[in-house]
Amino acid sequence: MPDLTTIDRDVRQFLADNFILDNGGADLGADESLTQAGVLDSMGVLELIMFVEERFGVSIPDEDTLPENLDSVARIAAYIGRRLAQGA
Amino acid sequence: MPDAFGPHVLHLADPEAAIEAITDGMRREVRAFRRKGGVLGLSGGIDSTVVAALAARAFGPGNVLGVLMPEADSSEDTLRLSARAAASAGIETVLEEITPILDAVGCYRRRDEAFKRVIPEFGPGWKAKIVLPSVVESDSFRLFSVVALAPDGRTFKERLPLEDYLQVVAATNFKQRTRKMLEYYHADRLNYCVLGTPNRLEYDQGFFVKNGDGAADVKPIAHLYKSQVYQLAEALGVPEEIRSRPPTTDTYSMPQSQEEFYFSLPYDKMDLCLYAVDHGIGAAEVAASLGLTAEQVDRVFKDIAGKRRVSAYLHAAPRLAVEGPAGA
Repeated sequence: MPDLTTIDRDVRQFLADNFILDNGGADLGADESLTQAGVLDSMGVLELIMFVEERFGVSIPDEDTLPENLDSVARIAAYIGRRLAQGA
Repeated sequence: MPDAFGPHVLHLADPEAAIEAITDGMRREVRAFRRKGGVLGLSGGIDSTVVAALAARAFGPGNVLGVLMPEADSSEDTLRLSARAAASAGIETVLEEITPILDAVGCYRRRDEAFKRVIPEFGPGWKAKIVLPSVVESDSFRLFSVVALAPDGRTFKERLPLEDYLQVVAATNFKQRTRKMLEYYHADRLNYCVLGTPNRLEYDQGFFVKNGDGAADVKPIAHLYKSQVYQLAEALGVPEEIRSRPPTTDTYSMPQSQEEFYFSLPYDKMDLCLYAVDHGIGAAEVAASLGLTAEQVDRVFKDIAGKRRVSAYLHAAPRLAVEGPAGA
């Protein structure tokens, strides 16, 4: 099971590969809101969900598609970590 | 003491003056394009019916053509109400059944392929629509689901993955683009302008297809909130049956409200939220008027801002990669 550092790195790489970020995303704070930063919209969330499902084997049910789970790098990494720990 | 915030802020004090200002503007713009009348698609809804009536006043009924363009998924009422709208404005119509064009271009096949990937049982005889969760009831990201009705009455609901969502939308957009192509055919042969029918809510929030129903030469009611369009409809004598018809997208084979597909709230509440955003009125004051919590209104405000970001692309004219002449 990947640790939080690995998950964080992979999430950042996904964002850098799929969205146009200043400085390749290096300036993106771990707790910075991705929606308020203009990185994620509803279509971006669908891309993120697809990435999480394919990369980590974690399916995200509708009730989990909440900002507290998906609206920053830290929240995404923590959510994936929790779900993996639960054996998702 | 000023009145509390409420629907009265959208009330047009003098609808006749508003009609005159619009018809003056329509004549001015069409004259500037050196055209001599207007073509519009009629859907049987309030917006196109009001634009038809305005155009008849602006140019004379003999210089306006209404194009009726039903297709396989149109509701049973569409054609009848469109014809009624034209009759009430006194304009001529032409019927363009667009199902064969949509069939030929693969509109239905491409859309249904995507539905079938999500619901493998999906097939002939099924009906479907795509829906969004409520902004008001949940803080979740608004992700589309497909709702499908099997011929035996079973219903299915599944979230649409990105690829399938994009394919459904792309295929369905053939409908609006086919209609616009035909409107321009008739406009070109008659030397008329194409009249667009979005109201302010739709225009501001990007509730249109780029190069589809978003395309037009003149948009006579794009400055009016939908509530104001209803007010003009009454002043213009639009038939009650059309004024009382609930707004619908009339795009999918299952009935679909505009709230399910796009907006956070019914149009009269959306109008007020949009007005509030544009006039710096806080969520708490709006909430008291709408019977919602401030937190719910705040979510609607955020949804409005998000849709404005998305609609910037829809409104954008083609851009040049390099300005100025090429060469040294």
